[in-house]
Amino acid sequence: MSPETLNPVNHVDLEPERYELRSPSSYHFELGRREFFRILGGGIVVACVWKDASAFQQSRGESGARRGSGFDERLPQEISAWLHIGESGEVTVYTGKVEVGQNARTALTQAVAEELRVAPRDIRMVMGDTDLTPFDMGTFGSRTTPTMNPQLRRASAAALDVLMGLAADAWKADRSKLTASDGKIADPATARTLSYGELAKGKQLAQAIPAEDPLTPAPRWTVMGNSLPKVDGIEFVTGRHRYPSDINLPGMLHGKVLRPPSFGAALGSLDTHEAEAMPGVTLVHDGDFVGVAAPSVEIASRAVAAIRAEWKPGGPQPSSRELFDYLRKNPDQAAGQGGFGGRSDHQVGSMEKGLADAHQRLQQTYTVAYIAHTPLEPRAAVAQWENGKLTVWTGTQRPFGVRGELMEAFRLPQGQVRVEMPDTGSGYGGKHTGDAAVEAARLAKAAGKPVKLVWTREEEFTWAYFRPAGVIDVAGGARSDGTITAWEFHNYNSGGSGISTPYDVANQHIQFHPTQSPLRQGSYRALAATANHFARECFMDELAQAVKMDPLEFRLRNLKDERLKAVFQAAAQKFGWSESKPAAGHGFGIGGGLEKGGYVATCAEVAVDRASGRVQTVRVVTAFDCGAVVNPDHLRNQIEGANVMGIGGALFEAIEFENGRILNGRFSQYRVPRFSDVPQIEVVLLDRKDQPSAGAGESPIMGLAPAVGNAIFAATGVRLRSLPMAPNGLKAATSG
Amino acid sequence: MPKNTEAAVTELTVNGTRRAINADADASLLSVLRDQLSLTGSHYGCGEGQCGACTVLIDGLPRRSCITKVGTVGNKQVTTIEGLEQGGRLHPLQQAFLDVGAMQCAYCTSGMIMSASALLRSNPNPSVPEIVRFMEGNVCRCGTYLRIVAAIQQAAKNNEAGR
Repeated sequence: MSPETLNPVNHVDLEPERYELRSPSSYHFELGRREFFRILGGGIVVACVWKDASAFQQSRGESGARRGSGFDERLPQEISAWLHIGESGEVTVYTGKVEVGQNARTALTQAVAEELRVAPRDIRMVMGDTDLTPFDMGTFGSRTTPTMNPQLRRASAAALDVLMGLAADAWKADRSKLTASDGKIADPATARTLSYGELAKGKQLAQAIPAEDPLTPAPRWTVMGNSLPKVDGIEFVTGRHRYPSDINLPGMLHGKVLRPPSFGAALGSLDTHEAEAMPGVTLVHDGDFVGVAAPSVEIASRAVAAIRAEWKPGGPQPSSRELFDYLRKNPDQAAGQGGFGGRSDHQVGSMEKGLADAHQRLQQTYTVAYIAHTPLEPRAAVAQWENGKLTVWTGTQRPFGVRGELMEAFRLPQGQVRVEMPDTGSGYGGKHTGDAAVEAARLAKAAGKPVKLVWTREEEFTWAYFRPAGVIDVAGGARSDGTITAWEFHNYNSGGSGISTPYDVANQHIQFHPTQSPLRQGSYRALAATANHFARECFMDELAQAVKMDPLEFRLRNLKDERLKAVFQAAAQKFGWSESKPAAGHGFGIGGGLEKGGYVATCAEVAVDRASGRVQTVRVVTAFDCGAVVNPDHLRNQIEGANVMGIGGALFEAIEFENGRILNGRFSQYRVPRFSDVPQIEVVLLDRKDQPSAGAGESPIMGLAPAVGNAIFAATGVRLRSLPMAPNGLKAATSG
Repeated sequence: MPKNTEAAVTELTVNGTRRAINADADASLLSVLRDQLSLTGSHYGCGEGQCGACTVLIDGLPRRSCITKVGTVGNKQVTTIEGLEQGGRLHPLQQAFLDVGAMQCAYCTSGMIMSASALLRSNPNPSVPEIVRFMEGNVCRCGTYLRIVAAIQQAAKNNEAGR
């Protein structure tokens, strides 16, 4: 059984820092075979079953099929994806994964094109529509490439097998002699061809296949492994693509929600007379929820401004100034989970012995601030009720999760809620919840018309969730020859991802400590791996400094993992780590690690202006290995983008808050990386065709912060241990 | 529905066409384009002119439509991303963004292309520092800035070759 079936995406272990997720419900697809063909027209359907496919086959009692089995009245449960070949040859693929800019739509199209031998332009991907696509827990954790990609390939290979069989039957030919390319089966002996459409015509063939059938090995790929451009790129450069916030329905109203002035504030008195008197305004007051639906955004805003509400503030709340002290002093006993297969603690050897063996011992504390995802498209939803059925278009990485939230909020059965997810304006882990969808649906229900609700940037900065802040204590020791003998690592609150050390250390104690959080927090690109890599890779530099070794040499000396070694060496070589010396005021730094199947090493050069204190990232080289590369250009794009995003969290992004209020919740106050912040970026791809493809949307971000921190130290001798490292330049960081 | 009929704006010239609208003079140009004219290629990103996702041209100059009151536009020509294609041919910048792959989620793309089109009108062959300075007000949260710079350079080169 393959790794995918042992750990399918729907049952993946959730990291402890995915605070925003509730326990997922296990929904089952209810569409029957007849209904499927009624909706789609005839042709061939192949479904990929991930769960215990052999048992499934036995229970179905199928014996004749070459692969998998047919299905009759109902599609089997535990389906991960399926594809349909219509009677005119068009291929439609159904997956619960969604497109948020990571170019999954393109990569999955390549997967189908590869195995089905059909041109990418003839493939249509239906993604993240809860009425049409099989259940999927969500598009997060870099799972699309390692799980959905092979499943769609298997379904495609099975469909090709069906087509081959049909052609062989039609021609009474030996199927092993037939070939397939560009949507046609050919018999080279007779030069006959049949298109997929011709073969599918008049058929209603349905087949379910197990999830572990063999696939075309990477060295023989012809579509995968190539840089197919974004499949619907033209829709975006022309402005034609409709993001969730772009959807307009006939008669649609615009919604606006009355927000409390601070977290934890409770509604006291409420006077809505003036707002309700405005023409066309529907006001909703339901428990804690107060909002309006109105004919335009302006009227909705005026109506909300006209509501007179008194709020009772909650109790005193910690501010960003005392955040790290708060995290240390407020453990969350209830959480008590995570990191190491449900346990929070990992110990080998003896720290006492390890420290006794060391010639140099160090102990340091690192901190990371809350930061905001700030997807350029804020949360948005359009909700429509028709005959008791609710349909919501919304930007979410978890359409099925949002469906669950809507079912719960409105006490609806599953069949009465549909969530559709048009390709959305990014997420970075920030769009896992359905807040805007629930709000829009509540307003639409009261108004009796469709309602669009687009959060303002201030709402997005305030009422979404943040990347967890954290405190990380590291202690360790090394011998004069560079051997690390002891490694102790404690992460408070930020999370367990990437908390383990990839270095070979005999004595280790690593622990994740859940704490209470002053702010709502949740998943962020690469989760806590960014924070943990920052602390670990900076501390590695501090240890290297203590034993007077080159930071790269020190790392390699303590590494056994060949793939990680290889990315460190590749990045260093491209960067000129050993050969070149930084100019005055410049410094070189390195950092790396592995997470979610991705091996990353990043070298950075920074320039520090002594007079102004300005820190500029000048040059970045990232070497990355995520197995066999599916789309080299899109992978480079992800790695470049991750480095740019990483610069924000490394140098200047931080949420400031006080007494339940966000103090810098606007683009004019919260600095994100812009054109002038961007260094020269070089990417080295280690294309391991002998290794399974891993996801790459997240892990490339991990090397940047430590590489920059180590480079600042190399440039100035100043060691910065708090992210962001230089929100107001280096002078402020060192004087305050 | 305008609150004050005297201040209502009833016409707007967009992408070369006179269009009937019905908006308060102080309504944002962005909401009129998106909600009344269904030109949704201009995007809301911040509402304070800080991210550039809503950028349009007004008489050829880049303007943040989210902080532009529709009453101030008058008879000036508004150009949006939907108006760049000419006779079914992509604008050189649109083609260059595709060729370079200068996008991920692409929510910023229309604003980027509109700002860049204004840059190339005033400076047909900008240097990288000139591009960076001119485009600094446009945010790409996915971080595709280097590709956007490359796309602008390529469009400039193609323009030059076409002249």
